[in-house]
Amino acid sequence: MNIFIQYGLAIYLLPLAAFLIQIFWGRRLPRKGDWVSIGAVLLTLVLSTAMLASLLLDLNPDFHQEASFTWLDLGRFQIRVGFLMDTVTVIMLFVVALISSASHIFSIKYMEGDPAYSRYYAYLSLFTFSMNGIVLSNNLLLLYVSWELVGLSSYLLIGFWYEKPSAALAGMKAFLTNRVGDIGFFIGILLMFTATGSFLYRDMFAGVAAGTIAGTTLTLAGIGLFMGAVGKSSQVPLHIWLPDAMEGPTPVSALMHAATMVAAGVFMMVRFFPILTPDALLVVAYIGGITALFASLIAITQTDIKKVLAYSTVSQLGYMILAVGTGAYVAAFFHLVTHAVFKSNLFYGSGSVIHAMHHGLERTHRHDLDPQDMRNMGGLKAKLPLTYWSMVASTLAIAGIPFFSGFLSKDQILAGTLAFAEHHPVHFLLPVFGFGAALITAFYMTRLIFLTFHQEPRHPEVFAQIQRAPFEMALPLTILGTGSLYVFYTLPSVNPFGGEGWFQRLVEARDSLAGGPAADWMAEQMHHAHLPTMILSIAVALAGLVLGWLMYGSRRISAEALARRFPRLHDLSYHKFYVDELYAKLLYDPLLKLADFVGWLDWDWYDKKIIDGFGRWTTRIARWVGTADYDGLDQGLVDGVGRTLRAVGGGMQRLQTGRIQNYILLATAGVIIILLSQVF
Amino acid sequence: MTHSLSIYLLVAAILFGLGVYAIMTRRNAIAILMGVELVLNAANLNFVAFARFGGMNSSGHVFALFVIVLAAAEAAVALAIIINLYHNLHTINVEEASTLKQ
Repeated sequence: MNIFIQYGLAIYLLPLAAFLIQIFWGRRLPRKGDWVSIGAVLLTLVLSTAMLASLLLDLNPDFHQEASFTWLDLGRFQIRVGFLMDTVTVIMLFVVALISSASHIFSIKYMEGDPAYSRYYAYLSLFTFSMNGIVLSNNLLLLYVSWELVGLSSYLLIGFWYEKPSAALAGMKAFLTNRVGDIGFFIGILLMFTATGSFLYRDMFAGVAAGTIAGTTLTLAGIGLFMGAVGKSSQVPLHIWLPDAMEGPTPVSALMHAATMVAAGVFMMVRFFPILTPDALLVVAYIGGITALFASLIAITQTDIKKVLAYSTVSQLGYMILAVGTGAYVAAFFHLVTHAVFKSNLFYGSGSVIHAMHHGLERTHRHDLDPQDMRNMGGLKAKLPLTYWSMVASTLAIAGIPFFSGFLSKDQILAGTLAFAEHHPVHFLLPVFGFGAALITAFYMTRLIFLTFHQEPRHPEVFAQIQRAPFEMALPLTILGTGSLYVFYTLPSVNPFGGEGWFQRLVEARDSLAGGPAADWMAEQMHHAHLPTMILSIAVALAGLVLGWLMYGSRRISAEALARRFPRLHDLSYHKFYVDELYAKLLYDPLLKLADFVGWLDWDWYDKKIIDGFGRWTTRIARWVGTADYDGLDQGLVDGVGRTLRAVGGGMQRLQTGRIQNYILLATAGVIIILLSQVF
Repeated sequence: MTHSLSIYLLVAAILFGLGVYAIMTRRNAIAILMGVELVLNAANLNFVAFARFGGMNSSGHVFALFVIVLAAAEAAVALAIIINLYHNLHTINVEEASTLKQ
């Protein structure tokens, strides 16, 4: 086993060990054992940094190491599982370790004094372990297991404050919605396995290349796998769980529901891009594009700071999925990395704001106010300068302004959609989705910043009580806020307009094995579309910023007046396009009615009529049989035998006198009779 | 008077009849035992007679000797039974030894 696999094994097992220690002995350890989890995750950060550094030293995109062992051996049927180490794995491991470390450190203060402090850290470790499983896996089996483990830890952490009914329900919703996607995922896995006879990615890819699985089956398998991503990465129509997942603690939202777990779907699509057929890719692209635009439209009117960020996450994930669909899947992975940093930073920023608001409200005893509602904030810039600047950096990144990281990745995605539409003019809607979402993203993020940090505070007495962020919160904000700058992603080049950085050199696009776009062709097309995309995307982003500033900064355009003028549009967005209500009406209500009907069938009809009737008939027959048995068989036959024997015995008893001389007399008489009969 | 087989057989038959009669009619267990001895000796007389006049030769003598030995053993066992009977019932009247019937 070589050193990378060993590191991978250590990264995999360290959080698991921390989880086991925490869950069993956490409460009895000093500081409730948070140092166990934090230590474990920092170690994984060190290890993954070492691996990434080693990759950066030789910049070899073909780096590839694998180790697997036979997990199940049933003669000809074998299941092999193991780890796959390539540049994508290492970069992803680093991102997970980085965001996870930030989350662990941030939580020290955020979760301080929570009665279930050690349980919280146990769950965080469990999540880190499961997520690393997804990243490291070289086979569908370990992927699926880790996938579900991630879902489990997500459920546990969303419902962490389970005494709050909304949190418990949100956890359930997340779990059940994911289940829908996972059914498709499972079908996809089984289709792949049936065709290629192996769970290993390697064999899968070989099978597709050799044509063992092709055509409609392959398309269906691809769409099945994609359904898993739709659930986990919260794409339309299964996007409903992610905004509700914000019921969990904010560091959890930052770690799982912004940066890593929801990106697992994108990560999987990036891994499986070569086996997706053009038809499957088209489905992927449209789902992603629709999600990007749809979610950003909802984010405009939300007032809960975390809800805005949640819909923003859905929208950005839609971007990544759109990029996979158009063939620019390296751009999708790039956006995953940059997004993980700036979006988790935005969440930590919002966590810092909520933390400050929460304590401010507690001190002023204003329990009627919601600490997460942006309408109760305002002017926080003066009180939380570090949070402000850190969030501004990330906002500019997500809006796609040059010199920030989001610009680089978003630009590539948009170039991919433009190139795709140029080649297939029928699908002109895809770039429209992309650019439209970019415009709206810039707008609602500006709105968030202005509502939260600028203008007069809405509640001055609360404002006066607000304190600065503690060190444990400031540290992640500083690191990740700095990480929103472009230069970390383009080194050694410092060209802010998409120079060839270490990322592009490490991660090279692979050719599609299933008739999708070839890597070279795609790169050329994207290069071709690069300049118009850049001009257009900068224009769109600036337009969004300016519009946001006009409406919420200088207030030259009144948002309220607009909302009054277009009440229907405003309501649509505010009520999230009534998707939840639609599901309630179209899915849950009919289902409940069906359940009622089945219940009626089962109880009133089947149970009461058939089962009970059967019971009644059985009793009747049993009674009859009983009579026949007792009176006829027992009394007549069995007792009759007894009685007969008794009568015979009584008769014979008279012969048995017990007097030996009688017997002898009889015996002698017998002998005499025998002798006489012989003589005559 | 000629020494012939039939005379011995006749004597033996009378002895046998007397023995059986004693067994059947006596109430006293010791008297029954004596009847048994008579029956056995009638058989012995037959064996010896057949050894002298019939074709049994010396095996008749051997059988007679065995029967005597057996009769001695049988008398010992029977007397032991009678003593036990007396111990339990304070009588040696076989009419009264009918507990097996109840």
